[in-house]
Amino acid sequence: MNGTPGNGIAIDVKGLTKSFGGREVVHDLSMQVKRGSIYGFLGPNGSGKTTTIRILCGLLTPDSGEGTCLGYDIRRDAERIKRQVGYMTQRFSLYQDLSVRENLEFVARLYGLRDARVAARDMIKRLGLSGREEQLAGELSGGWKQRLALGACTLPNPQLLLLDEPTAGVDPKARRDFWNEIHALAADGLTVLVSTHYMDEAERCHEIAYIAYGHLLAHGTVDEVIAKSALTTYTVTGEDLNGLAAELTGKPGVDMVAPFGTSLHVSGRDVAALEASIAPWRDRSGLHWQKSSPSLEDVFIELMGRSKDNFQ
Amino acid sequence: MTAVDQPFPTHEIRERFGFWKRSYAMLVKEFIQLRRDRVSFAMIVMLPVMQLLLFGYAINTTPHNLPSAVLLQEDSDLARSVLKALENTAYFRFLYEVHDVDDFDNLLKSGKVLFGIEIPRGFERAVRRGDKPALLVAADATDPVAASAALGSLGMVVQTALKHDLYIGDPPEMPFEIRAHARYNPAASSSLNIVPGLVGTILTMTMLIFTALSVTREVERGTMESLLSMPIRPVEVMFGKIIPYVLVGFVQAFLIIGIGVGLFGVPVLGNLVLLALLSTLFITTNLSIGYTISTVVQNQLQAMQMSMMFFLPSILLSGFMFPFAGMPAWAQYLGEALPLTHYLRIVRAIMLKGATMQNLRYDALALAVLMLVAMTIAVTRFRRTLD
Repeated sequence: MNGTPGNGIAIDVKGLTKSFGGREVVHDLSMQVKRGSIYGFLGPNGSGKTTTIRILCGLLTPDSGEGTCLGYDIRRDAERIKRQVGYMTQRFSLYQDLSVRENLEFVARLYGLRDARVAARDMIKRLGLSGREEQLAGELSGGWKQRLALGACTLPNPQLLLLDEPTAGVDPKARRDFWNEIHALAADGLTVLVSTHYMDEAERCHEIAYIAYGHLLAHGTVDEVIAKSALTTYTVTGEDLNGLAAELTGKPGVDMVAPFGTSLHVSGRDVAALEASIAPWRDRSGLHWQKSSPSLEDVFIELMGRSKDNFQ
Repeated sequence: MTAVDQPFPTHEIRERFGFWKRSYAMLVKEFIQLRRDRVSFAMIVMLPVMQLLLFGYAINTTPHNLPSAVLLQEDSDLARSVLKALENTAYFRFLYEVHDVDDFDNLLKSGKVLFGIEIPRGFERAVRRGDKPALLVAADATDPVAASAALGSLGMVVQTALKHDLYIGDPPEMPFEIRAHARYNPAASSSLNIVPGLVGTILTMTMLIFTALSVTREVERGTMESLLSMPIRPVEVMFGKIIPYVLVGFVQAFLIIGIGVGLFGVPVLGNLVLLALLSTLFITTNLSIGYTISTVVQNQLQAMQMSMMFFLPSILLSGFMFPFAGMPAWAQYLGEALPLTHYLRIVRAIMLKGATMQNLRYDALALAVLMLVAMTIAVTRFRRTLD
C-alpha cells in the first residue's frame, strides 16, 4: 500500500508551536499516530485542533517544532504530503456553484487521476449520490455535503485522512453511516485523524488525544485516558437531585457535579476528600450511591475545567 | 446510503504532464463557474455594448442646438440674415445677444455658451463693397468633438443658408470670410479617436474586474483552504484563472470593434489578424494585473477599489481623455507604465492608419513586459499557506 518509510507511524511530530498575532494557539505539541488507526482529536472550541491539522497538511508552517507526516518532513515536503493526504475542512469548501460531478472531476484532474470522468462516476456510485450528480453542491443537504466532501478527499487514494469536525451539524443516522465508512477505510490501511466534539465518536476511535488551549493534556486509548485521569465518580440516583447538586457543588474534593438524565455524577480527583464531603448524604433515604468509573465525558469536562484554571 | 463493506474505488495516478493537467483542471472549473454566474455572463456582453452605445453616441453624434452667443457690433439687415441662417442650421441656438466684448468673453469662459459669433462693425458695408470681411466664430473647444464638428461644417452650412436668404444676389463665392477660432484646446482631436479608444478602455475595466475578484472570492467562500491542501502550484492556479477570460476578452473586443465599424463607421485599415493578436496580448496583460490585485487584497471590496485605482489613471493618463503629447513629462512617464497607453496607440494605428507590426514593435514589447512583471508579482505574492 505504501512505499514510504515510517515503520508503522503515520504522524510523528514533536514540539509544535504556533502563534497568531502574539497569541499562542498550539503549544509544544507532540503526538504519534499509528498507521491504519483512527485517531480522535478532542478539545473545546478554539483549542488549537484545526491549527494542528492545518500544520500537519502543510497549510500552516509551525513557528517551532518538527516532525514527519507519512515519512515526509512537514516543513520541507509539504508538496509531497499534499499528494497523499486528504483534508476535509471544517467548513464545506468544495465549490457550491459546481455540481457534484464537476467538483469530483475537478479534484480528480488536479491530482492527475488517469480518467477523471470515470473516477468521478465511480465515486458518485460509491457515495450513493447517483441521481444527484448534476445537482449543485451548494444545494445538497448537510449530510450529503459531508459525504461528498469525504468522497472528494478520498478520491486521490490518500494514505492519511485529516477530518476537521466532519460530523458537525449532521443527523445521527448520517453520522453513524459516516463512522462506518471511516472504519471501513481504516480497515483498508488508511490512517484517519478526526477532530470532534462528540463523546460517542471519541469512543469509536482507536486512540484519542485531548487538547485544550493549545496544550495536549491526555492521550491514549479511551480506557487509558479514563484510567490516567485518576478521577473517582459516584453515580447518585434518587429524589431531589437538583437540590443535592446545589449542596455538593464547591465542597472540598468535589471537582465536578453533572446531571446525566435521572442520575447525578459526582467526581473528584482526591478520593479521601471526595468521600469525606459526600459522607453526610451517603445514608440519606431515597438516595442511592454507587461508585463507578467515570465516563469519557466526565474526564473531559474535568480536564477542561482544570485547563481553564491553568491557562486562562 | 450504500453498503459499507464496498471499498472506495481506487484509480491510477499519472504524474506525467502534471502542470498541464492541473492548469486544465483549474481552467475547466473556472469556465463552469463563469457559465453558472448569470450576472457575470450577462456583463460580458452587456457591458461593452452598453458602454459603447452610450459613450459612442454621446460623444459622436453630430452636435446640434449648441448654446451660443452673438456679439453684435452692427445691427444691420445683413447681420440679422446671417444669424437667422445660422440658427436655421440647427447647429446653434442663440441664447445671448451682447454688444460688449467683455460680456462676450465671459459667456464663453463661464461655459454658458459653447459658441460665440462676432459680427464686426461695418460688416454689411464691407460685404457690399466686396471686401470679404471676417465673421469671427469663437468656440469653446474644451469639448473638442462638439467644437470641431460644428466648426467643420460651418462654412458649407452658412453658404447654403445664405444662398436662399441673402438679398445681395447669388454670389460666385462666399461674400465674407469665416474665421474660426477654437479656444482653449486648439488641437481638437477627431471623433474617430474615440471608438478605438473605447475598445481599450472597456477591455481594461472588464478584464481587471473579472480577475481582481478571482482569488479573493476563493478565500471568502472558504474554497481556498481546500485548494491549498491539494497539490496545485501558484502558476497553475493563475493560468487556470486567466485563460478562460482571455476568450471572454476576445469576444468583447470582437463585439466592440464590430459595433464600432458597423454603427459608427470606424474604418479598420490595418491587418485584422495583427489587431486580434495584439488585442489578445493586451487582454492577457490586464488579466494578469487584475489577478495580481486579487493576490494583494484582503476582500472583494478592496479588490474593486484597487481596480478603480488602476482604472482611473488608465483613463486619464493613457491618451484616451487628453492627448498624450500634451501631458507634462511626469504624466507621460506614468502613462508609459499603463497597458492602455500602449494599446491605444496600437489600436488607433492599426484601425485608422493601417500600421503594421514594424510600426508597433515598441508598444507590443511594452505590453509583454508589463504582463510578465504582473505575472511574476502575482506568482510570488500568491500565498501557498494560510499563515
